[in-house]
Amino acid sequence: MSVVPAEVLPGGAPAVEETGRGGAAELGPRARLWPSLAAVYRAQLSRARVARIPLLFVATFQSIGIMILMRGVVDGGGEARSVVAGASVLVVAFVALNLLAQYFGQLRASGGLDHYATLPVPPAAVVLGAAGAYASFTVPGTVVTAVFGCVLFGLPLAHLWVLVAVIPLAGAALAGLGAALGLLAPRPELATLLGQLGMSAALLLGVLPAERMPEAVRFTRDLLPSTYGVEAFARTFGPHPDWAFVLGDLAVCGCVGVVSLAVATWAYRRAAVR
Amino acid sequence: MCAVRGLTKTYPAVRGRRGAPGTPEVRATDDVGLDIRRGEIFGLLGPNGAGKTTLVRQLTGLMRPDRGSVEILGHDIVRHPDRASRILAYLGQESTALDELTVSLAAETTGRLRGLEVRRARAERDAVLEELGLTPIAGRPLRRLSGGQRRLACFASALVGERPLLVLDEPTTAMDPVARRAVWSAVDRRRAERGTTVLLVTHNVIEAETVLDRVAVLDQGRVIACDTPTGLKEQVAGEVRVDLVWREAAPLHVPEVAALQDRAVASGRRWTLRLAPEEARAVVATVTGGAAFAALDDFTLATPSLEDVYLALGGAARQGLVRA
Repeated sequence: MSVVPAEVLPGGAPAVEETGRGGAAELGPRARLWPSLAAVYRAQLSRARVARIPLLFVATFQSIGIMILMRGVVDGGGEARSVVAGASVLVVAFVALNLLAQYFGQLRASGGLDHYATLPVPPAAVVLGAAGAYASFTVPGTVVTAVFGCVLFGLPLAHLWVLVAVIPLAGAALAGLGAALGLLAPRPELATLLGQLGMSAALLLGVLPAERMPEAVRFTRDLLPSTYGVEAFARTFGPHPDWAFVLGDLAVCGCVGVVSLAVATWAYRRAAVR
Repeated sequence: MCAVRGLTKTYPAVRGRRGAPGTPEVRATDDVGLDIRRGEIFGLLGPNGAGKTTLVRQLTGLMRPDRGSVEILGHDIVRHPDRASRILAYLGQESTALDELTVSLAAETTGRLRGLEVRRARAERDAVLEELGLTPIAGRPLRRLSGGQRRLACFASALVGERPLLVLDEPTTAMDPVARRAVWSAVDRRRAERGTTVLLVTHNVIEAETVLDRVAVLDQGRVIACDTPTGLKEQVAGEVRVDLVWREAAPLHVPEVAALQDRAVASGRRWTLRLAPEEARAVVATVTGGAAFAALDDFTLATPSLEDVYLALGGAARQGLVRA
């Protein structure tokens, strides 16, 4: 069906071979970090909108349901604060950790990473774009959960603005963890399992009041990055929040985020070229 | 423009686990050498499992070979696999990375990740979608499209952000004739205007014969022949293929038919015979008269195709090449 004889092509191909070994052809442009990050972010967000909205509802209802259940258990005060904060951050854990681990696990198993690996895009742009999109996707659910929780437990709404910092930082930590788990898991089922386990850990260790836990569980709680997001958020419900501690907790989230996103980027490189 | 020398890749043996038997060590590409010239449509033809995709993955920098060299437009791809993405556009068999995007966003995002700035990516996207007749379905997610349309949308993404080499892994799978024509005329236009080179992976014999300038025939990881389709077919020019389809079973009580049994490759009710022209004439005369004709459903007589070349060259797979 090819109607163009090869002899009439520009450059006289194939009769004439192009310049020899010395003259390597000019390479196409490399995609720069920020523009390609923005492109991946936009594409992932539109994907999430199409396919993940029902899951966002599930995440939100799950958190609201947990708060309603816990109302009979906790007696206001400090415990109520951590329940509301934990339930709000749980929405972030559900989407950013669990769903992102599943996504990358499936992408890797099905060969979908080849698409990105054959484009001149920095690995960090793919990982950060996807993680950022999943983290932003949690915003409505987290806000609805936090407002509902405050009304339910009679907590002040004054400092809810702190979510502007909590969602991106907890989101970065959890999404980085999710992406790394998804990319490192040898099989997609294992990625799904790890994502689910991570979310269950965020649920049990974040929502249930820490004071009632045994020592070993409290130690595990300190290892989970979402805990610091929960703590930071819970502190702001108090009458006189200690902002230094809030900042400290958020800084831990941020550091874990940087490390886990770096690990995820490394895992992406490793998964893309075998 | 693309020189491959001694390319070898071995998949290690997998030990069996409970319920899953182990697989022995597989040499997926075995000392492969190729020279692809600028502006040609070069094909890799072989049955499934011949090592075509493994070979292509090594050429695109997705997989490191154990041994051998790949040089594309003067760049060493084995040493610098990242350069491959700046020389070539690859259309793989999987579309999972794009499945949930709309056709338009898939093309635009791919263009931007190929280093185009926004305005340029959008302009190229619009031009390519128009060229391939995808504009009416530009707003639909790939997942909701039929297999052929989805494939065409992925092909469109591969064309946004021009590259001198297109590597297409079975691009026309599941496409209807209209979509296929759109693909080949888009390829031809790029060849005529910009001298684009195409490396095409296919197991479709008819496609290989009609679109390729040269073809390398792959079998069990080795290149068993490399020439123009016409040149390859001349190797088996003395043969004619006779396909006999029986109504139920072959009438073995007819002595002439029984004599053919050993030379026929049977596949269900179909017998395929490769014969010298005089012999073929005699066979057709036999089966179209007398008792054999009563048992005959259909027969065809054809000049050799690339499939016959593959088999004549000692290709091991009796099936796996497609005539469609």
